Amino acid sequence: MQSQSTYNYTVVRQFAIMTVVWGIVGMLVGVLIAAQLIWPELNLAPWLSYGRLRPLHTNAVIFAFGGSALFATSYYVVQRTCHARLFGGVLPAVTFWGWQLVILLAAVTLPLGMTSGKEYAELEWPIDLLITVVWVSYAIVFFGTVFKRKTPHIYVANWFFGAFILTVAVLHLVNSAAIPVSLTKSYSAYAGVQDAMVQWWYGHNAVGFFLTAGFLGMMYYFIPKQAGRPVYSYRLSVVHFWALVFTYMWAGPHHLHYTALPDWAQSIGMIFSLVLLAPSWGGMINGIMTLSGAWHKLRTDPILKFLVVSLSFYGMSTFEGPMMSIKTVNALSHYTDWTVGHVHSGALGWVGMVSVGSLYYLIPRLFGRTEMHSMKLVTLHFWVATIGIVLYIAAMWIAGVMQGLMWRAVNPDGTLTYAFVESVKATYPYYMVRLLGGTLYFSGMLIMAYNVFKTVAGQKPAEAVIPAVSGAHA
Amino acid sequence: MSDFVHDGWSLYIAIITLASLVACAVLLKLMSTRKLAPGEKPGTTGHIWDEDLQEWHNPLPSWWMWLFYITIVFALIYLILYPGLGSYKGYLGWTSTGQYQDEQKQAAATYGPVIDKYLKQDLVKVAADPAAREIGQRLFLNYCAQCHGSDAGGSRGYPNLRDGDWLYGGSPETIKTTIIGGRNGAMPPMGAAVGGSEEVRDVAHYVLSLSGRTHDSLRAQRGQPKFAAICAACHGADGKGNQQIGAPNLTDDIWLHGGTEAIISETIVKGRLNQMPAHKDFLDEGKIHLLTAYVLGLSGQAAK
Repeated sequence: MQSQSTYNYTVVRQFAIMTVVWGIVGMLVGVLIAAQLIWPELNLAPWLSYGRLRPLHTNAVIFAFGGSALFATSYYVVQRTCHARLFGGVLPAVTFWGWQLVILLAAVTLPLGMTSGKEYAELEWPIDLLITVVWVSYAIVFFGTVFKRKTPHIYVANWFFGAFILTVAVLHLVNSAAIPVSLTKSYSAYAGVQDAMVQWWYGHNAVGFFLTAGFLGMMYYFIPKQAGRPVYSYRLSVVHFWALVFTYMWAGPHHLHYTALPDWAQSIGMIFSLVLLAPSWGGMINGIMTLSGAWHKLRTDPILKFLVVSLSFYGMSTFEGPMMSIKTVNALSHYTDWTVGHVHSGALGWVGMVSVGSLYYLIPRLFGRTEMHSMKLVTLHFWVATIGIVLYIAAMWIAGVMQGLMWRAVNPDGTLTYAFVESVKATYPYYMVRLLGGTLYFSGMLIMAYNVFKTVAGQKPAEAVIPAVSGAHA
Repeated sequence: MSDFVHDGWSLYIAIITLASLVACAVLLKLMSTRKLAPGEKPGTTGHIWDEDLQEWHNPLPSWWMWLFYITIVFALIYLILYPGLGSYKGYLGWTSTGQYQDEQKQAAATYGPVIDKYLKQDLVKVAADPAAREIGQRLFLNYCAQCHGSDAGGSRGYPNLRDGDWLYGGSPETIKTTIIGGRNGAMPPMGAAVGGSEEVRDVAHYVLSLSGRTHDSLRAQRGQPKFAAICAACHGADGKGNQQIGAPNLTDDIWLHGGTEAIISETIVKGRLNQMPAHKDFLDEGKIHLLTAYVLGLSGQAAK
């Protein structure tokens, strides 16, 4: 009975700490491959070469860092807002150790060159099966907890976490369908343009659900909590939730503009990407307007700074995305570093900042403290990270537009003005700025690691008793 | 050609697309009924979670609502004008293939005369024309430099085009033939035919001797009969090669893969496969003519 009356903070603590660890690992690999683009000599061995480390970087930051952050916060939020201990007995522990094993296997197989060749789904089929087991356990734990909640209504953060868990399950199963030829090699169940379409249906919804819906769930809990203000508009959350989860599903074809994909599919991908603008911004408005009446807190509270700036980057990238999905814009931006800048404005700016802000709220509470060891270091982290992002994405924007323009420049005789290699050469200064920005962002994570260590060292893990449900008509 | 195996799919796409856009609008309409009177406080929904989490009962921001409507209207207009609703071709009749062909046609009309005026001229004359050489160089940098280098100096496995040494011949017509159809240079593995590793080294030293490189004359002497029996079939009894089949001249101290004992031995044992792709499918006659002239000029033959 004792365990029934407290929240399960153990698994939350485990995932929260591993978020910091994997963040450092993933971003270190990012810094290394950014340097490899400037100094190819840094491709020291086959397993340390750019082609193998790039998927390791994306897997580590999305699934290890982002995934652990999502597990930690969703487990914390679903318990606290349902007034119920996590469902499923050992299942939460299964998800933790299972997920760490997936990450470990990724860190071994990707440098060895084992890959299914599908972007953001590179892991080979045995690991895919393990992911499926972990994910089904995750769904059972999460929805089981929602099911046994003591509150009459399901809090909005849980809608987003729930949509993220369900959709990622479907995406993973469909896109990873493959025919194994050996333990370490398989071939996609689809062929040609159908395979490309399935891949980008998956790829874009990995962004939409893993990197957006899940983190919106985070936002909907930690912003009102940290600001001490109610969420701005219940109605807005209803409209933007349903519109977002519905519309994202259609947007994948914009990754395949001007390819063998039929024109009608490209058009549909483009228009739904445009329609996606308002639903995306709904979340930003709801988060930022939650601060109305408490704007002054932004000056003094570095955690709110992280959370609100993350929403600003979210708003920027969700405006940029629909714009880039327009065919004529895409004709310029596609295949350039503009795409890389866009992704990192979302990944470093939105996903990274909202996770870090949430962790700074979460970690002291998991270890029986009221705040981090040093709020000054949190402020320092905020500024180092923000300057890093701005340098990174500004460099990639300029580089991307420059590349796009160089590639299409034509002489009076119809020949191309620039050979491809000239556009690479012209990009070097921007690669340097990008490396500087990335290094700054990475140093921010090191500051965080130190701060987290000082916060938790010597502390006893906190136990929280489940309070009675309060409310006007509970 | 239809993208659909059955007309029903086209209808399905059209209906589900339109219904989805309408559903977005209906959801928005249904949820935008709430208005606040001037000065009215929104109040909360009355739900409380985790001790203090609440939600204001604010209406949708109207600018946001209109933004949403505008994107839906834009989407509908776009679907009328452009392909999207299944096999409906769109009012404008636009296709990506059509756009590509139009741009090609336009480019041909604009640039065709600039390029094609050289077609009537003899290659040697074109090679000496500075304006033609400039165009040729730009083409070379985009189509050839990846393998032959931006200075046409080649690299290991990719021939140097400036040294006057030709695998298949350096006459204007031959160079043109090479660009149009590409080349497949194959030397079969000869390890078994030559014998063991000692015999291979002997032949390698004989090959070294052909171009006057430092070699072990004893080994070269032993390798000579093997060369005459096996290698001479392609490279000729004198080792001067055969341009008919692209067999390199071994006497000129110009090496495609390298001229050390180790590399020559490797070549003998494993053979070599070299390929230059055909360019006829993506370069028109006029551009190939200019490129040929440029390559011709590179080796200084235009002056002869």
